[in-house]
Amino acid sequence: MNSDQITVDTSSVDRFVQQKYKHGFVTDIESETVPPGLNEETVRWISARKGEPEWLTEWRLQAYRNWLTMQAPDWAHLKIEPIDFQAISYFSAPKSDKDRPQSLDEVDPKLLETYDKLGVPLHERARLAGVAVDAVFDSVSVGTTFREELKKAGVIFCSFSEAVRDYPELVRQHLGTVVPPRDNFFAALNSAVFSDGSFVYIPRGVRCPMELSTYFRINAAETGQFERTLIIAEDKSYVSYLEGCTAPMRDENQLHAAVVELVALEDAEIKYSTVQNWYPGDEEGKGGIYNFVTKRGMCRGDRSKISWTQVETGSAITWKYPSCVLRGERSVGEFYSVALTNNFQQADTGTKMIHIGRDTRSKIISKGISAGRGQNAYRGLVRVAKTAKNARNFTQCDSMLIGKRCGAHTFPYIEVGNPTAKVEHEATTSRIGEDQLFYCLQRGISEEDAVSMIVDGFCKQVFRELPMEFAVEAKALLEVSLEGAVG
Amino acid sequence: MDKAMLKVRNLHASVEGKQILNGLDLEVNAGEVHAIMGPNGSGKSTLASVIAGREGYEVTDGQVLYRGRDLLELEPEERACEGIFLAFQYPVEIPGVNNTYFLRAALNAQRKYRGEPELDSMQFLKLIRGKLEILHISDDLMHRAVNEGFSGGEKKRNEIFQMAVLEPALAILDETDSGLDIDALKLVAEGVNRQRSPDRAMIVVTHYQRLLEYIVPDRVHVLSGGRIAASGDADLALKLEEEGYSWLAEGGIQALEGAETGSGGAGAAAGA
Ligand SMILES: Nc1ncnc2c1ncn2[C@@H]1O[C@H](COP(=O)(O)OP(=O)(O)O)[C@@H](O)[C@H]1O
Ligand SMILES: [Mg+2]
Repeated sequence: MNSDQITVDTSSVDRFVQQKYKHGFVTDIESETVPPGLNEETVRWISARKGEPEWLTEWRLQAYRNWLTMQAPDWAHLKIEPIDFQAISYFSAPKSDKDRPQSLDEVDPKLLETYDKLGVPLHERARLAGVAVDAVFDSVSVGTTFREELKKAGVIFCSFSEAVRDYPELVRQHLGTVVPPRDNFFAALNSAVFSDGSFVYIPRGVRCPMELSTYFRINAAETGQFERTLIIAEDKSYVSYLEGCTAPMRDENQLHAAVVELVALEDAEIKYSTVQNWYPGDEEGKGGIYNFVTKRGMCRGDRSKISWTQVETGSAITWKYPSCVLRGERSVGEFYSVALTNNFQQADTGTKMIHIGRDTRSKIISKGISAGRGQNAYRGLVRVAKTAKNARNFTQCDSMLIGKRCGAHTFPYIEVGNPTAKVEHEATTSRIGEDQLFYCLQRGISEEDAVSMIVDGFCKQVFRELPMEFAVEAKALLEVSLEGAVG
Repeated sequence: MDKAMLKVRNLHASVEGKQILNGLDLEVNAGEVHAIMGPNGSGKSTLASVIAGREGYEVTDGQVLYRGRDLLELEPEERACEGIFLAFQYPVEIPGVNNTYFLRAALNAQRKYRGEPELDSMQFLKLIRGKLEILHISDDLMHRAVNEGFSGGEKKRNEIFQMAVLEPALAILDETDSGLDIDALKLVAEGVNRQRSPDRAMIVVTHYQRLLEYIVPDRVHVLSGGRIAASGDADLALKLEEEGYSWLAEGGIQALEGAETGSGGAGAAAGA
């Protein structure tokens, strides 16, 4: 196993580019990457490359045709350079399954080193904390551990591709039921070209014996990433899923358009936590990841619960609204978010809580931090359908400004279709207090430590929703992201 | 060795372009407690802020020496680590930051600066246990966020408690007595008196003489017109209590000269 396997072998790309299309269909499925561009052939190629069944190929093609009729959303409070979708390569993978590392020991040491630098000792975490890890980079899973233990509990935790191969019926039954392929521009794009991701299935009555954790990383040059994640929690089951993202320094803008679907059945609970730290671009605003994600959970069963917790510090542009559809009676949706923008970063993030069942409850705690020239928008929708008798929502939306050139914006949308519903919204904006800062300095605490202490305090309500070691990591991330924000 | 802790000479300072201090002189030796009194808006907090190095307080002329060193060269956090402590007139709330954690971070920052090992939370708890009792600080208060939801009295006691833990060489208490009932005042005064020591100097800024019944100062200064208008011993505070500050405005110059030239302090000032 050599460490070159994750870099793009350009000679084979050249070979591929020079190859003629036969019967309008690309046959070289051993290739590591497709040349830039998107058409039906590309979609078919990806599907064939992954050995997918006919129905899935058709599903992708349908999504692609939908996508052609759609336009990139322009309502967000974001400045986005037009994206040339024909300049992106839609697939990149290691040479062959046989060459892939079968365990973490075989993973490129450089990758592990990067994790270490970011305070994510992956192997240690896996061994000591008993966390199952499904590390995904460049579209294909490379290491999955603890699968045996999970199997004993009846839990399925594997890459999306494996799920398509081994549990096609489960995938077919749920795929696209929460985020339909034509839901929005980026979801349609993802549905057409998604490469890999995670699949989780918790059977009835099972409490998943460990936190499930996936680390994502974008690696090969100019390859957009299109992960697809599906989590199904059967009646009375529970799962906590951690998603962390890191990326090395790089120059070009990169598109990332993931889709995450969660399904919670009767009395089931899904806790989904994200720490996102993709390359945000440099101090001048050059480079950085475009993060256009569709995340949605469906509380299908009565008394089910889905909670999203996110700490967003990375990416040049973030467009992300993890949402809950509260269909089951007395189901509960929660959203806890910390979003930080520094330098030229932009974030338009928030949530949607759609109350359909009666006695449904939702809670939204959003903490936006803007520094440098960062722009941070909270956008939240609370919709109470006619059917949602006694629905309750509480929203608290706080913004903190560090410095004078950044901005915070709040866009709450509230639609109430049932008179018995109660919707509360609180919002505050504060500048990081010069008096708070001086109070800390006067006690001997350095400015940098003072800022991270104050910011950490501001985020406490969200951090305490994160699993312990994740919270520590999130705190460290904020500190790194805020370096040089003051003074 | 020089006993001088603080030497302020001809200090001129402005805030937002407004001249507040106009040639202030002050000398405080180790082991002494000085009281600074003066009407509202006379610049007492401004003096405290300048000494602590608060941003926005511009020194336009004069000199501040701290243990023989030019204080104005140091960053505010360096001044703190060098032993200057300010008990704030309005202690600041820091939501979400645990009170115990905050104080330990402060102590460890100062220990690190001095090249001493940092304390872990067990060692820290051991260190603060006794001091908590003296100031009647409850566990509950230590578990809450810094000053958040504290009553006025709790905030002031917390300041003095921080001082007890940080053990500064020069402490400035800015109106620590304001807003306290008599029991709380006695508690705070006891906390302060316990910390009087030959190596420590204190500047007690107050509006009322009341505090000085419990913390008896070695010297009393009256700040007016941006300078020390009168200095004397503890009796000067009593005179101020009886006569108010208005005599400063009228017979000001005389009083000022009497006080400044007279080495006897209060006698000279009172007789002016
Ligand atoms: N940050 C500030 N900005 C503007 N003016 C200030 C500021 N701080 C103090 N001042 C002004 O300086 C003068 C002295 O205030 P201060 O030092 O607080 O007085 P004291 O503490 O004696 O009551 C007052 O006129 C006050 O309005
Ligand atoms: Mg004052």
